[in-house]
Amino acid sequence: MDIYKIIVVSNTALQENVFLLKCLSSEIASKILPGQFCNIKVSESDFPLLRRPFSICDVEGDYISFMYEVHGEGTKLLSHKKEGDLIDLIGPLGKGFNYKSEYETAIFIAGGIGVAPFPYLTRSLDGSIPYKIFLGGRTENQIHTYGLHNYEISTDDGSMGYKGNVVQLFEKHIPLLDKSKIKVFGCGPNPMLRALKELCLLHEINCEVSVECAMACGFGICQGCPIEKAEESDKYYLVCKDGPVFNIKDVVI
Amino acid sequence: MIPDLSVEIGSLKLKNPVMLASGTVGYGNEISEFMDLSKIGAIVTKSVSLKPRKGNPPQRIVETPAGMLNAIGLANVGLEEFIKTKIPFLKEVNSTLICNIAAGSIEEYVECTRILNKEEIIKAFEINVSCPNVKEGGLIFGNDVKAVGRITELVRGVTNKTIIIKLSPNVANIADFAEAARKEGADAVSAINTLVGTSFDIYTRKPKIKNITGGLSGPAIKPVALAKVLEISRRVDIPIIGIGGIMNWKDAIEFMICGASAFQLGTVNFVNPAAGVEIIEGLINYCNKMSITNITDLIATYKI
Repeated sequence: MDIYKIIVVSNTALQENVFLLKCLSSEIASKILPGQFCNIKVSESDFPLLRRPFSICDVEGDYISFMYEVHGEGTKLLSHKKEGDLIDLIGPLGKGFNYKSEYETAIFIAGGIGVAPFPYLTRSLDGSIPYKIFLGGRTENQIHTYGLHNYEISTDDGSMGYKGNVVQLFEKHIPLLDKSKIKVFGCGPNPMLRALKELCLLHEINCEVSVECAMACGFGICQGCPIEKAEESDKYYLVCKDGPVFNIKDVVI
Repeated sequence: MIPDLSVEIGSLKLKNPVMLASGTVGYGNEISEFMDLSKIGAIVTKSVSLKPRKGNPPQRIVETPAGMLNAIGLANVGLEEFIKTKIPFLKEVNSTLICNIAAGSIEEYVECTRILNKEEIIKAFEINVSCPNVKEGGLIFGNDVKAVGRITELVRGVTNKTIIIKLSPNVANIADFAEAARKEGADAVSAINTLVGTSFDIYTRKPKIKNITGGLSGPAIKPVALAKVLEISRRVDIPIIGIGGIMNWKDAIEFMICGASAFQLGTVNFVNPAAGVEIIEGLINYCNKMSITNITDLIATYKI
């Protein structure tokens, strides 16, 4: 990890409030792994004071991109960055997905903007392993398919794809899969991850999730982002350093 | 010309007045990836307590205008683990090491200091009597001038190393606490710890941090911290280590003018983990521009 000032190549709206920020950084591009994140200073002033963590969305050559949803002052300022602007960021941070472990089919399950790390992750499989993606959102405009292929969609209101949540959609597919030979990768809001955990424990499915948490530093010194260990312990994990990717069995979500 | 940046805190001589505050540098290893810690005046460890502390449940932090609230709850590995696994790295760093001690009772402060006093690498103790986020210890002592005096006296009894008492701003008259510490043999005080604050979600009406209240830090508290440093400086004859919202060298100089002999960087380490070395550069440039040959000539030079 290091502090970089990198140049913005583009910052385009994918939906009304979802953006793709593309930057040039050969150093980060060559190092960052799927599921890792960068901590971005969105303003040069003291407001907002803290950096904002964004998981890496994609890497293409020397270019890196981040997909983000505007929902506060920080992301609003980020959405104003233009081609040629400099971005101050720390990265790569955290531990990424263990996608090279033994399994025969990969399943990706994303809720809303939780899809952000999956373009790079699916690309990293490099055609070596078949995979299926399930994308869920409350409505149609929460479905983001940038950089993805081979997906099925669910919406809570039925405006697109299966009517229901994405975990229910995945559950429907379980009978068609060899549960002992798949690995699930999930990312999304906590209620979705809780439902996913319950389902995966029930069916004994191997599952890794990327969790979200407010953090001050992003590299382990502030101790601001604890997550409870599933087994009783006198310590917490830190989302920034021990995660943000965890085996779903290991944490209380 | 390179000005002399060295300062003295009691018997402790620092190569410059830049210190990294407790709880914002862990035990040194993460932040060493961003800067050469041997250039820094001193680093203050995360609070160490006799037994490990799990700390508070999430959510522990929330951002506020030009600042942040934290309620970490003194999460730390405990004394034994600290000596076994953290001290070896800190020995390699080649920066002056100050150990911050937190405790739930007066006896625990004394016991921790007595044990850690044997560690040669530790050059000073900063006694945390002012954490706002734990039920026992911390502010219970920090709000009680007699308790601060008593803790100082007893800790003084078990170490000849430099003792710094870290003071709370959440008191009516901070100078009384500095005076109590001085009288009982403290070499310095550090001021200020965080201010008690809170933040609520207006839709759920719930506090944004689990502990309900947290400690406010960052640039938002700098004017308060400066006023506290000035107050101590004008009333009590004791070296002061200024803390509170320093983001750059200008802020640091302001603290020295208001009476600080040295200063600590806290929240800025989260945002810019290389701030320490950048501030040293800034101090050198300022001294040259102002024809200051020795940075100690700046201390308490307020013109009021």
